[in-house]
Amino acid sequence: MIGTDLTVILPELVLALYAMAALLWGAFRGKDAEAPLLFWLTPLVMAGLGLWIALEPQATASAFHGGFVSDTFARFSKVVVLFSAAVVLLMSADYLKRNKLLQFEFPILIALSVTGMMMMISAGDLMSLYMGLELQSLALYVIAAFRRDSARSTEAGLKYFVLGALSSGILLYGASLIYGYAGTTSFAGILAAAKGEAHLSLGLLIGLVFMIVGMAFKVSSVPFHMWTPDVYEGSPTPVTAFFATAPKVAAMAMIARLLFDAFGTATGDWTQIIALLSFLSMVLGAFAGIGQKDIKRLMAYSSIGHMGYAFLGLTAGTAAGVQATLIYMVVYVTMNVGVFAFILNMERDGQPVTEISALNMYSEVEPLRAAALMVLMFSLAGVPPLVGFFAKLFVIQAALNAGWVWLSVAAMLASVVAAYYYLRIIYLMYFGEKQAPLDGSMPAIHWAALMVAAFFMLAGVVSMFGVDTWAGAAAASLLN
Amino acid sequence: MGITAVAFYLFALVSVVSGLMVVISRNPVHSVLWLVLAFFSSAGLFVLLGAEFVAMLLVIVYMGAVAVLFLFVVMMLDVDFAELRGQLAQYLPLGLLIGVILLMELGLVFSQWSFAPGHVAARAAVTPEGVTNTAALGQLIYTRYIYLFQASGLILLVAMIGAIVLTMRHRTNIKRQDILEQIYRDPAASMDLKDVKPGQGL
Amino acid sequence: MVDFFYNTNLGIFLLVTLEALLVIVLLLVALAFLMYADRKIWAAVQMRKGPNIVGVFGLLQSFADFIKYIVKEIVVPAGADKPVYFLAPMISLVFPLIVWAVIPFADGWVVSDMNVGILYVLAASSLVVYGVIMGGWASNSKYPFLGALRSAAQMISYEVSIGFIIIGVILSTGSLNLSDIVRAQDGNYGFFSWYWLPQLPMVVLFFVSALAETNRPPFDLPEAESELVAGYQVEYSSTPFLLFMIGELTEVVFMCAMISVLFFGGWLSPIPGLPDGILWMVGKMAFFFFLFALVKAITPRYRYDQLMRLGWKVFLPMSLGWVVLVAFFAQYHLFGGAYARWVVGG
Repeated sequence: MIGTDLTVILPELVLALYAMAALLWGAFRGKDAEAPLLFWLTPLVMAGLGLWIALEPQATASAFHGGFVSDTFARFSKVVVLFSAAVVLLMSADYLKRNKLLQFEFPILIALSVTGMMMMISAGDLMSLYMGLELQSLALYVIAAFRRDSARSTEAGLKYFVLGALSSGILLYGASLIYGYAGTTSFAGILAAAKGEAHLSLGLLIGLVFMIVGMAFKVSSVPFHMWTPDVYEGSPTPVTAFFATAPKVAAMAMIARLLFDAFGTATGDWTQIIALLSFLSMVLGAFAGIGQKDIKRLMAYSSIGHMGYAFLGLTAGTAAGVQATLIYMVVYVTMNVGVFAFILNMERDGQPVTEISALNMYSEVEPLRAAALMVLMFSLAGVPPLVGFFAKLFVIQAALNAGWVWLSVAAMLASVVAAYYYLRIIYLMYFGEKQAPLDGSMPAIHWAALMVAAFFMLAGVVSMFGVDTWAGAAAASLLN
Repeated sequence: MGITAVAFYLFALVSVVSGLMVVISRNPVHSVLWLVLAFFSSAGLFVLLGAEFVAMLLVIVYMGAVAVLFLFVVMMLDVDFAELRGQLAQYLPLGLLIGVILLMELGLVFSQWSFAPGHVAARAAVTPEGVTNTAALGQLIYTRYIYLFQASGLILLVAMIGAIVLTMRHRTNIKRQDILEQIYRDPAASMDLKDVKPGQGL
Repeated sequence: MVDFFYNTNLGIFLLVTLEALLVIVLLLVALAFLMYADRKIWAAVQMRKGPNIVGVFGLLQSFADFIKYIVKEIVVPAGADKPVYFLAPMISLVFPLIVWAVIPFADGWVVSDMNVGILYVLAASSLVVYGVIMGGWASNSKYPFLGALRSAAQMISYEVSIGFIIIGVILSTGSLNLSDIVRAQDGNYGFFSWYWLPQLPMVVLFFVSALAETNRPPFDLPEAESELVAGYQVEYSSTPFLLFMIGELTEVVFMCAMISVLFFGGWLSPIPGLPDGILWMVGKMAFFFFLFALVKAITPRYRYDQLMRLGWKVFLPMSLGWVVLVAFFAQYHLFGGAYARWVVGG
């Protein structure tokens, strides 16, 4: 019994065991002397696990009395999480070394955090959902404050921790209400308990609202986004890059899993909440980003806006909507990896620079990099014919088909407003005033990440490399 | 009224009163001590519920370890609590508002509360007959809930790594005690006996 | 009559109260003579006479001291936090006393035969530390405060290793009940079927941890008269001081009882054939108290960093490793099942 359960959670098990072994290894072998090795090994392990999960065809399996579910949806999300985390981790080694932050605990914390994300994605029970979420967040709190000698990084870590703990509390409160109604914490049990009625019982409904609030905090959706800009700005840039990618995918997958697996019969009730979150996020992300002078803060508002679009797919409450959300998340992560590969190397005289104005006339310094960034910015803005446009098109289509006309119109308008600040960066790079140029060189990995991301934004128009069909299968498996 | 009823009202009253005192006592150390009392009476309530294992763990872990650390920190804090209390008045209206809203929501929920039809059958928290609840917990935690149990272990591991990463500094320039070196030091290596002639000195 | 005591609320209440009173009174009387014994042994090691004036051979010395403590004036330091100041000595007497509720003096001779007896012991003894901290803090003085911090850190540190050592015993027994632990040691070989043999390294560790846990020499750093005057007790005088002292001594005797129960078969007779009974238990406790007194007389005081190192870097890993080993031994019935004497469940 336990043997078959263990085979289902084997990838998580391998990653957790790897993290523990690496921890022992690092602690025994003169601490940070082993850091460079671990910065290579950890991404390798994660990418290997990603390949393994992607290539091994498995039927839907569940383990530990339904506490852990492994289906196509989980595998799809896990692959995205693993690969994005691996790439970000590969890129962070260089930045951390330059800023004297190279510690061997960093990759280990990331690995444990990714383990938590995988557990969240596969959760089939409120308890395992919470466990995964806490494992993930706790590691993130620590790495947010990783530059412990800097007041801003410490502030970011503390802010994230306090608000994160609050949101976890709210989530638990909601979970307890749901448990109080249904008498069980398993998603299947909740689904069965909620099935009989046309509308959710009051306790269940309030519980659901509280849980959505707690999870909306994790994806930094408005009105629970307050921490995002400060944490993005204060954390070391590789940490910001990490925040903007893998955890967002995992949290989005977790929300989708909870909503469809436990409340699949009550789509009418929760789509309204998600629609509101989506609307507010898109609008705030679009308007608040306009006045930003710091590119990391800008990316924070950008990610808030993008989460709004990802929610838009869920509002539909259909398989097509989930598929659109999944595709959107993949595209979003790819773009962010590329952009952060660029931001990581914004330097002047060896000092990291994050002001947007530093990009003035960057096209004359490094034409190729500027071009790649331009492609990514166009894609983030959703300018046709780049992939970012199609991603937005899919979610809006899904919402329209489900009858959300006003929301779809709002989404289109918000994307027009948001385009302003993406285009401003391009404007600065090509037509800005001349000033002291950025002089950071770019390691090969970063260069490759930037170029590959930009290439995908162009080439994805022709073929999505099978992502769309796989996302379709994943969505189908979730709605079953 | 049986002994259990008396005990229940005693513990309940003490925990409520001490909970209140945690909030309103002027001295933070007193607050922590009241908190300890609140823990203690809740442990008593657990015993009355027949959950003696949880009660003892509450005492050992929360009172014996966590609250002691609290007490340490609070005793050594150099914070002007009167000043903080001044700020409290400033945030009081907002806090009260949130409290009232929460209370109203709770009231709404409980007045309208209904259970799912099969909630009793679905419930997992039933102690089997003829087994002490320590044994029952052990059998569940290490079999059915092993995944969650180990996951919480991982979470604690992360907390430990985090605490070390964020606080430990390898200071140089300080003298450290090397106990092993001290143990293996012997008179032959560190003492030198000299035969000093009277009146000559070394 | 029997019906009254077993079936009515008042009867049960009276019965339990009487049992508790009996234990406490006997214990306190015994303490007076143990205190005397402690001083006599100490004196003998140092080739002094020790107390020899009050009563025959000075036997009544403790009672004379008792009266002295009672009738002296209570001095409260200025600026002391009075409620906490007076609560502290009471706590440090009450908690060492209430743990005796679960100690089985003979088969069935126990005030409360609860099934989580060991946890109750750990819980109550982990609360003793509050008396120390509160006393040190409420005195509003520097030395007591430093002494209290030291003492609290020390007690918490050694509680951890004591906990792990006890887990080894629990794993072998399969029960948290102290009477069950004694019964599990009942075998055909008398003395050699007790837990001290299979759990040998842990007996030593437990004894040393018990010394540290009760702030006895060589771990009496909280008192450390040469550096801290007398630790958290500096500002206490008269009756409150007496309470602290009795509390400390009660805890020492309690640790003797714990060693007897956990590793040396409680009320069981060491020689097969002789009857078991309370006399064996008392004899064993007296023997271990003798060891405690002896250690006090012959060892120099540890340095604080050595103490902490010993607790966290030596005892904790060793006891943790031992728990893992015992788990394997018990699961696979190695060594002729010496580690798997599950009396319940299994």
